[in-house]
Amino acid sequence: MAVLDSKIPEGPLADKWTQHKNNIDLVNPANKRSIDVIVVGTGLSGGSAAATLAELGYNVKSFCFQDSPRRAHSIAAQGGINAAKNYQGDGDSIYRLFYDTVKGGDYRSREANVYRLAEVSANIIDQCVAQGVPFARDYGGLLNNRSFGGVLVSRTFYAKGQTGQQLLLGAYSAMNRQIGRGKIKMYNRHEMLDIVKVDGKARGIIARNLVTGEIERHSAHAVVIASGGYGNVFFLSTNAMGSNVSAAWKIHKKGAYFANPCFTQIHPTCIPVSGEDQSKLTLMSESLRNDGRIWVPKNEKDALAIREGKLKPTELPEDQRDYFLERRYPAFGNLVPRDVASRAAKERCDAGFGVNATGEAVYLDFADAITRYGKEQAHVKGLDEDDASLIEKLGKDIIKSKYGNLFQMYEKIIDQNPYETPMMIYPAVHYTMGGVWVDYNLMTTIPGCFAIGEANFSDHGANRLGASALMQGLADGYFVLPYTIGDYLSDDIRTGPISTDTSEFEQAEKEVRDQLNAFLNANGTHPVDYYHKKLGKIMWNKCGMSRNEKDLKSAIKEIQELRDDFYKNVRVPGTADSFNEELAKAGRVADFLELGELFAKDALDRFESCGGHFREESQTPEGEALRDDKNYTFVSAWEYKGKPSDAVLHKEELTYDNIELKTRSYK
Amino acid sequence: MKLTLKIWRQKNATEKGSMVTYPIDNISPDMSFLEMIDALNNMLILRNEEPVAFDHDCREGICGMCSMFINGEAHGPDRNVTTCQLHMRKFKDGDTITIEPFRAKAFPVIRDLVVDRSSFDRIQQAGGFVSVNTSGNTQDANAIPIEKNKADLAFDAAACIGCGACVATCKNSSAMLFVGAKVSQYALLPQGKVEATQRVQNMVAQMDLEGFGNCTNTGACEVECPKGISLENIARMNREYLSASLKG
Repeated sequence: MAVLDSKIPEGPLADKWTQHKNNIDLVNPANKRSIDVIVVGTGLSGGSAAATLAELGYNVKSFCFQDSPRRAHSIAAQGGINAAKNYQGDGDSIYRLFYDTVKGGDYRSREANVYRLAEVSANIIDQCVAQGVPFARDYGGLLNNRSFGGVLVSRTFYAKGQTGQQLLLGAYSAMNRQIGRGKIKMYNRHEMLDIVKVDGKARGIIARNLVTGEIERHSAHAVVIASGGYGNVFFLSTNAMGSNVSAAWKIHKKGAYFANPCFTQIHPTCIPVSGEDQSKLTLMSESLRNDGRIWVPKNEKDALAIREGKLKPTELPEDQRDYFLERRYPAFGNLVPRDVASRAAKERCDAGFGVNATGEAVYLDFADAITRYGKEQAHVKGLDEDDASLIEKLGKDIIKSKYGNLFQMYEKIIDQNPYETPMMIYPAVHYTMGGVWVDYNLMTTIPGCFAIGEANFSDHGANRLGASALMQGLADGYFVLPYTIGDYLSDDIRTGPISTDTSEFEQAEKEVRDQLNAFLNANGTHPVDYYHKKLGKIMWNKCGMSRNEKDLKSAIKEIQELRDDFYKNVRVPGTADSFNEELAKAGRVADFLELGELFAKDALDRFESCGGHFREESQTPEGEALRDDKNYTFVSAWEYKGKPSDAVLHKEELTYDNIELKTRSYK
Repeated sequence: MKLTLKIWRQKNATEKGSMVTYPIDNISPDMSFLEMIDALNNMLILRNEEPVAFDHDCREGICGMCSMFINGEAHGPDRNVTTCQLHMRKFKDGDTITIEPFRAKAFPVIRDLVVDRSSFDRIQQAGGFVSVNTSGNTQDANAIPIEKNKADLAFDAAACIGCGACVATCKNSSAMLFVGAKVSQYALLPQGKVEATQRVQNMVAQMDLEGFGNCTNTGACEVECPKGISLENIARMNREYLSASLKG
């Protein structure tokens, strides 16, 4: 298909990126000064891209809906960032990181993109250290690593449980340097409400100033979407309250294909849902699975007693516990990939072994790790290795130094002390592998419109491995986009400034105003949250951890009905020309109500189980996911045709020249 | 739980604001403080009143967007948490809760409980960075070993979320804890030392320009800081500033 040209360079896998960089057109430094680039979003990908583009000499306009670029949700990433540094000498390499990522993604990602990601990963760590990011170090002063799910080496760099925060502050500091120089113009508390195309090319955006309500026109020679994922379509997720699909969805409606919307990551270790008023879910980093062991009671009667509060987990003897991940997957144990761990926890809870009041939680237990670390410390310090209380104290200190902030967070939310009793966890929506379709240059099907970070679909296939999101965000922003965008912009050196005083901008602005007024004038009976929660329930129950034809079909119908009801009966108070969070929310939920339908449609179309997408009709007799490589080794890229139900599917066939497609086994 | 909320309402930056009382019922102790405000807002919307504007985003205590001065304390009565992580179990049935914005000259109110903290961004823009290009041609990350103790201290300073609780708490509206944390992070790392002299001077100058007050060593900021940023960072910044003045 002509329109879906992935533009993967020729040549051997390991040389593709270098050769591509050598062959693409560059823009000379003087010309860069007359080229404007808009970057929407200031997380790891958007922040790093804005800073780098400005350093190169482009005039950057950067947008975020938060009050400061430092608050983008990358900041909440906890565990770490992967890089093929092989500092531990445990056999890591670019190839192995590439291989693990393709396998972890269940063979639904592009070889060339993933290889490039692995190739630039080591540079990211160098860059961040140079910026003053305080990664964890050992006593020799060198960088420390830990291990994450789905891999057999320690390649994850981290800063306690706040790695995302530290990396984002690094990118933010690089942005600040350019804001100070006047090379980035920062628009805080602004939301992109549409893209503007002139002669088929992306030439600007319409944004709303969230403080004054003013609708603004901004022009540029290229537009970069770095607006993150769409996990909030489930209402309850680990995303921030404001995280949304709107920027990505608006470009989809103007011609950018949306790829694999049903590939969603349900993260196994989150704090369980407590009640109807809950507004968000909190992740407990995957790094905890380095030391925590996951279990439920072996007997249903014990699970029942625990649920009723008659039995404490610490009272249940070892031989009465079922460490189900260690039992089912001995090779990887508690460190199986996220999709596998999530499904296994759901299977146990569905079978009646859940351990909290709602029956939807399993234990994550640190007692063994506390003893192990305690003994090690006692040995190192020459203390009594048989003194149980001393061992416990020393062990708890180590656990605290590794995961202190996570344990504190857990205690504040659940009101239980995880040093004394095992944590309760349950899977929750965390990340979306699907997103805007992009070619090797990270350009969407709209010329001049690029998508980076979680907003695109490119690198994680059907399942993302832990500590790979931060890697991809920074790789795209620091090291990939700044090169590839030059190839496109080299044709724009004579274009000159783009006027916003044109019919295209006028039309886009009018559409935005009309939509805002429609929300305000509906004057219905339900607040926006009412619809968002309803949508979330449909998505979780029918498009969640396991999916089947019947439920997906009914989800599509229910979402359509809910969307109709929303436009008729939503109540948005206030005015358009003032600070009005309900109005901003209405726009976001309206887009989720469309995306949700495409999501279900995509899930329905993919009649195989792969990664985070589990179709009940496609499983092995043991209940493991069954992939269908013969019929589904492709990327689903959807073209918008007026409404989600009319979206047209384009397939990008995936070819694997360097990796043999295998059944993913972690046993 | 049944509660009486007294909340600061202010239409925009120029109009005068006032405290408004709202009784609220059916609050579960497991709700977070912001979920309680969500419940209030949904009630107000159905009554055709405008909801209370407040800043929030991640709701897991790391983005630093939420604020609120609750019963006279930044982020409320619990320690080492932001407002989004404060739970209603910290209050009693029948309590009256006073909720105000973070108040400071350098944090003008935008609406209700939302304030403008862009002064913090401008301080960082004045020097809160290492001038290294993101070219990917930097030296290997392990080329300079960093003493673990120093790296840990730098991390502790870098844990600041920039929420502004220190400013709201300080009787002088001083931003010394915030600026001290940032200056310290870089001063403790070899990568930051090259520009240390200019950095501290530029950041302090911008801080003064924004209208933040001075530090009189009360120490309230440290107590209310949700991330436990230590006063030592202020001392370190003062040392850095003094030595920069002598050099410069």
